[in-house]
Amino acid sequence: MSRRISPVIPGFGLTLGYTLVYLSLLVLIPLGAMFLKTSDLSWSQFITIISAPRVLAALKLSFSTAFYSALVNGLIGTLLAWVLVRYTFPGRKIIDAMIDLPFALPTAVAGIALTALYAPSGLIGQFATDLGFKIAYSPLGITLALTFVTLPFVVRTVQPVLADIPREVEEAAACLGAKPLQVFRHILMPALLPAWLTGFALAFARGVGEYGSVIFIAGNMPMKTEILPLLIMVKLDQYDYTGATAIGVLMLVVSFVLLLLVNLLQRRIETP
Amino acid sequence: MSSITVSAAATRNAARRGNAWARRLLILSAWLAFALFLLLPLYMVLSEALKLGFGTFFTSILEPDALSALKLTLIAVGISVPLNLVFGVSAAWCVSKFEFRGKSLLVTLIDLPFSVSPVIAGLIYVLLFGAQGYFGKWLSEHDIQIVFAVPGIVLATLFVTVPFVARELIPLMQEQGTQEEEAARLLGANGWQMFWHVTLPNIKWGLIYGVVLCTARAMGEFGAVSVVSGHIRGYTNTLPLHVEILYNEYNHVAAFSVASLLLALALIILLLKQWSEARLSRLKSAGDEE
Repeated sequence: MSRRISPVIPGFGLTLGYTLVYLSLLVLIPLGAMFLKTSDLSWSQFITIISAPRVLAALKLSFSTAFYSALVNGLIGTLLAWVLVRYTFPGRKIIDAMIDLPFALPTAVAGIALTALYAPSGLIGQFATDLGFKIAYSPLGITLALTFVTLPFVVRTVQPVLADIPREVEEAAACLGAKPLQVFRHILMPALLPAWLTGFALAFARGVGEYGSVIFIAGNMPMKTEILPLLIMVKLDQYDYTGATAIGVLMLVVSFVLLLLVNLLQRRIETP
Repeated sequence: MSSITVSAAATRNAARRGNAWARRLLILSAWLAFALFLLLPLYMVLSEALKLGFGTFFTSILEPDALSALKLTLIAVGISVPLNLVFGVSAAWCVSKFEFRGKSLLVTLIDLPFSVSPVIAGLIYVLLFGAQGYFGKWLSEHDIQIVFAVPGIVLATLFVTVPFVARELIPLMQEQGTQEEEAARLLGANGWQMFWHVTLPNIKWGLIYGVVLCTARAMGEFGAVSVVSGHIRGYTNTLPLHVEILYNEYNHVAAFSVASLLLALALIILLLKQWSEARLSRLKSAGDEE
């Protein structure tokens, strides 16, 4: 079964065996158990659970806020990556090091900090109150929290690709009379798009599943600001294990389909 | 002729001036985005924590429930990081040094926990080991508790941190190839000697980098742990869960005090990450020059 790159390197059986056993015990069998649990339900029961208005509202909220936050990150992330790669300026190193803060900071800490900031009486939230709208306890707050926790994804995928694009190509295009926007459209965008899409997809997938940072800022009103992971939690608290499992399976399937689509899109861009 | 040169120079200068403005504008907006999205939340944690002065701050951190939460967080980190470290090395070894069928599938499976919601990660262990779960009856007959107890918290933490070390090591070890290991073997080293003296020094910084990221996530995991914890104060509370409880009790100062402890740990992790990353890129550029 194995074709060794070199005949003298040992340890194939041991490491592959250990890897497979560890993954199976910790990840594959438990995930399989979830799918097995849904088989307790008939197809129509499953459909009834996942098409309940509360579930559909949460589904729509989770996927739309994750989408918008990934989009915002697509913009801010590209801006930050561009500035960090192309310019030297005071504080560049600090920004570069701190970009990863959302990955290092526990999500619950991010959640309460952002809530304190954007709550109606908070440092920024009060301005929104004056203008007559809410940031925290609304979908806007959820989007902001997701933007924070997924901020590093686009920056960190775009940054290395941008650093590898030779400056000469852009200069050549500019010398031939291309305007900055044309250079961006025809030189940079095609080169950056696959990495950008990867970052977008990672941020989106993380956003759909994110729990810790969102529950504090969301307000958690059923039908209005209740995200899908929270709905699973609610069902679990009511000992409705089949309901929780059905929603879990729905979430996994929808995320996988979306990631698959992004993957296909990426391949089409890479091999025109 | 000269007028053409002049006008070309003028356009170039104009372009440069335009670029300088664009440059300033972009740097300024990057700073603004950075301050608004990253610095302001940090400032919030610290200012809320110190609202009532250092006295209250230290009482909240040194309170027995907070200390037992810290202890449980350290246990979860202390078990899950070494286990995932061994797994990561093992997985990276078989993926990077050998060719076999289904390899890309294996790599996808290793990354799988990243695309699963943490809440689902908790849920699957409740389905297996909870009172109504598949092994629930057997476990209660033998008086073993996994869910709503420490083992469940460790399992959930393990699940969400599975890919970190493997993910850093696989590309690094694939890039390094097998030449040095082969040489060691041909010179008479046995498998372990080869690993300790050749492979490990080569992957050291990548390994540290992966461990740092793994530790950060293990320390801060909230959703998965929240599902399996049962929220028993002083017994199944990790630090992030303790923050949640304090916050929901409207004890904001205490919540933010414990949160600032986690923030300090996060900043230490960022420093360690920066340091191992710098060593790693130095190693890579040294490799490129050879």
